[in-house]
Amino acid sequence: MESLMIVLVGILVAVATYLILSRSVIRVIVGTAILSHAVHLLLLTVGGLKKGSVPLLGQAAAPFTDALPQALILTAIVISFAVTAFLLVLAYRMYLMNGTDDLEELGGSSDE
Amino acid sequence: MIVVLSIVLPFLAAALIPFIYSRFKKVHLGWFVLVVPVVLFSILATYIPRVANGEVFVKTFEWIPSFGINITTYLDGLSMIFSLLITGVGSLVILYSIFYLSTKESLHHFYCYLLLFMGAMLGVVLSDNLMVLYVFWELTSVSSFLLIAFWHHRKASRAGARKAMTITVSGGVAMLAGFLMLYVASGTFSIREIVANLDVVQSSAYFVPAMCLVLLGAFTKSAQFPFHIWLPDAMEAPTPVSAYLHSATMVKAGIYLVARTTPIFGGHEVWFWAVSGVGLLTLFWGSFNAVKQFDLKALLAYSTISQLGLIMCLFGLGSAALHSGYSTESVIYTQATFAALFHLINHSTFKGALFMMVGIVDHEVGTRDIRRLGGLMSLMPFTFTIAVIGSASMAGLPPFNGFLSKEMFFTATLKITELDLFSLNSIGVLFPIIAWVASIFTFIYCVIIVMRTFFGKIQPDRLEKPPHEAPFGMLISPYILIAFVVGIFIFPNVLGHYILSPAMASIYPMFPSVEDMTPHIAAWHGYINTELIMTAGVILLGVLLYRVLKKWRPIYQLIPPSFTLNALYERVITSSENVSGRATNRYMNGNLTYYFVYIYVFFVALLAGYMIYADAFSWNPSKDSVIEPYELVLVFVMIMAAVAIIFAKQRITVVLLNGVLGYSVAFFFVVFRAPDLALTQLVVESVTTALFLLSFKYLPKLKNEYISKSWRFAKITISIAVGATVTLIGLAVMNYDRFEPISKYFEDSYNLAGGQNIVNTILGDFRAFDTMLEVVVLFIAGLGIYTLIKLKAKKGDADVESK
Repeated sequence: MESLMIVLVGILVAVATYLILSRSVIRVIVGTAILSHAVHLLLLTVGGLKKGSVPLLGQAAAPFTDALPQALILTAIVISFAVTAFLLVLAYRMYLMNGTDDLEELGGSSDE
Repeated sequence: MIVVLSIVLPFLAAALIPFIYSRFKKVHLGWFVLVVPVVLFSILATYIPRVANGEVFVKTFEWIPSFGINITTYLDGLSMIFSLLITGVGSLVILYSIFYLSTKESLHHFYCYLLLFMGAMLGVVLSDNLMVLYVFWELTSVSSFLLIAFWHHRKASRAGARKAMTITVSGGVAMLAGFLMLYVASGTFSIREIVANLDVVQSSAYFVPAMCLVLLGAFTKSAQFPFHIWLPDAMEAPTPVSAYLHSATMVKAGIYLVARTTPIFGGHEVWFWAVSGVGLLTLFWGSFNAVKQFDLKALLAYSTISQLGLIMCLFGLGSAALHSGYSTESVIYTQATFAALFHLINHSTFKGALFMMVGIVDHEVGTRDIRRLGGLMSLMPFTFTIAVIGSASMAGLPPFNGFLSKEMFFTATLKITELDLFSLNSIGVLFPIIAWVASIFTFIYCVIIVMRTFFGKIQPDRLEKPPHEAPFGMLISPYILIAFVVGIFIFPNVLGHYILSPAMASIYPMFPSVEDMTPHIAAWHGYINTELIMTAGVILLGVLLYRVLKKWRPIYQLIPPSFTLNALYERVITSSENVSGRATNRYMNGNLTYYFVYIYVFFVALLAGYMIYADAFSWNPSKDSVIEPYELVLVFVMIMAAVAIIFAKQRITVVLLNGVLGYSVAFFFVVFRAPDLALTQLVVESVTTALFLLSFKYLPKLKNEYISKSWRFAKITISIAVGATVTLIGLAVMNYDRFEPISKYFEDSYNLAGGQNIVNTILGDFRAFDTMLEVVVLFIAGLGIYTLIKLKAKKGDADVESK
């Protein structure tokens, strides 16, 4: 299962990279969102999968699944959510100011 | 103590200048400044007898003792010569400048820079610590830069200052590297200690590189070929500056460095050939080019270059004596060093006087162009006297001091051909020949100075002012120097005994006796020797060639203007600016996508490259858990959704497919026994999708991106490469089992933290700092979003952001 998950992560990363390299800002933001999904899954996978029960004392018996990666991922989810939300609003504001969401048209200020 | 004072006093005085300037507006500021070098000169002069007896004065002040960098002042014969020159010529130049510069100039700047320079120069010659020497060395570069650009409203001044700065500072940095190598080789920054532990340094692998780097510093500072190009351009400075810095002191800092490091490097073949060869080449090239100049100051600049080459060459020849240690034969070659020191002083006297003479002509007539000058002899008889004596001394004619040093120079070049060392027996004969040819050119330009300025017909309509004799005050300094020119010729051995022979001891510290190395200088040996015949030849051929100057002048046009060293320098500077500008514009094109490409390419190249290099890609699936069918379905769904996003044409499709991905991740969290994660992921994904949908109304529709085939191919290649790199590294690190995970500790959460949910106790108790800061992140994002939406430029000042 771990190997399969890592291959899935690789595919997600490839897709995210492809999206980040596009010209439309929305695609870039979706690309970052997918990249964070991939990273969360990778964190979980390298911590070991299905090696025990749910990490809740009293509900199940030992051995438990490693709880540390889960805590790390929980933090990461919230942070990536905050960043995605901020990026989205930034894109909105940028579109409002410049009238385009094309990175190529936005690119390069004239020489200062 | 006094020695330290002589370094500190000029700096102190420089700091006080603004106060004096604002207090005493009526008196020329130079009178106050004059006190400093005069006092220092008198104090230093009292040391002469004791230094002549072989005493040295050392004093150490701790500066950065942990790095061995201490301000150690060291006064020996060699430092004595230079510090006397600096303070002596300094006094005369300041006296001259009082009459040269009017009070309308910004005198406080001028004297402040000049005092800074004087202090720095004294610091260079009196420091024993290499790092401190370097600090003062760069200070001379900086203050010289300020002085060259004193009339900074003129373009040529700024260009000259920049060029001098660029060349001397590059050499200075090379020298710093050489010093550091010396430190690594010897373990000390003190020159005396390096000389004392010579065996260690000379056997080090850094010996020759350090030698070359130190020489680079010396050659750039002393305007040796091919670094001489800054000196003629530095003539844009006021004439007192040219007289002081660019003839008597700063350009001799390189010479000082060579003399000071001769005990370390001298005797090595590379040193011998570099110093004497470059010196000889500079001697010839400078004198050859001086003849074609029309500006008197440019002519003097090239003559300075040439004379510095002569001195440098003599130091190189003198270093041959160190090769085989002390013996009656090797002592003969120290005569070259003696001649170098002798000419060093002579050059300062006559070149200082000549610069002051040119300054007087410029000041009283309004031009320095020899094509517009002529016939000034009867109008400016005193100035004419200076010119004749100075030029005659420079040309090497009796009865002036230049004659003696030129004879000694010829002797040294003739002697060196007899040396059976460094393959001198075959090509050593070039030394006297080139020296002789260069002397002819020297003679010619000396004649040009006198004849074109003071003889011939006066051209009053081409002069800016009616010519008349200079004021008395302006003539004092050059006359004192002229007095030295004659005085040294008459009493050369006083100078030789009191000033030069202690300096010889500093250059040849391991030679037992100074007496052997101090020759008796005589103007007339009582018989006709080769040197005298050479001088006669110089005069004869010089006069002849001057007569027919018009006929052979066209040879200077043989070198096309685009091939001169100056043009080469300019081309290197402009082309390096152009190339770097073009390169920067090419890769920094302002397009985000390109920067992403750089980042990804480096990411793949670095990580995949290293993994391949270390042969670290491996895959060990033996500990993998089994794959259930429903998991397979989830994986399949995710892959399909992900790939479909790429091809989606509608925004709504993109957002929904992203939602599919997010919910699938949540399902994976369920499958992999992470209930908290699943909960959070479901909520967050819902909110994110809602946000995307919310912003829909405001965001533009997705456009079809028309992209070239090659770019699409590049994008696909990069994406696959990045994905593959992540996969391969993931596979390599998966099932890592070299150390036990620390999670066993957290499983005791009920006893440690009173909680049964292990993940929650980690978040809230064990690693609560992460959580706190994550909350801060969320808070900041919220604030940011609020301000982005709410705060807008009001009407009328809509241009806030591009300001």
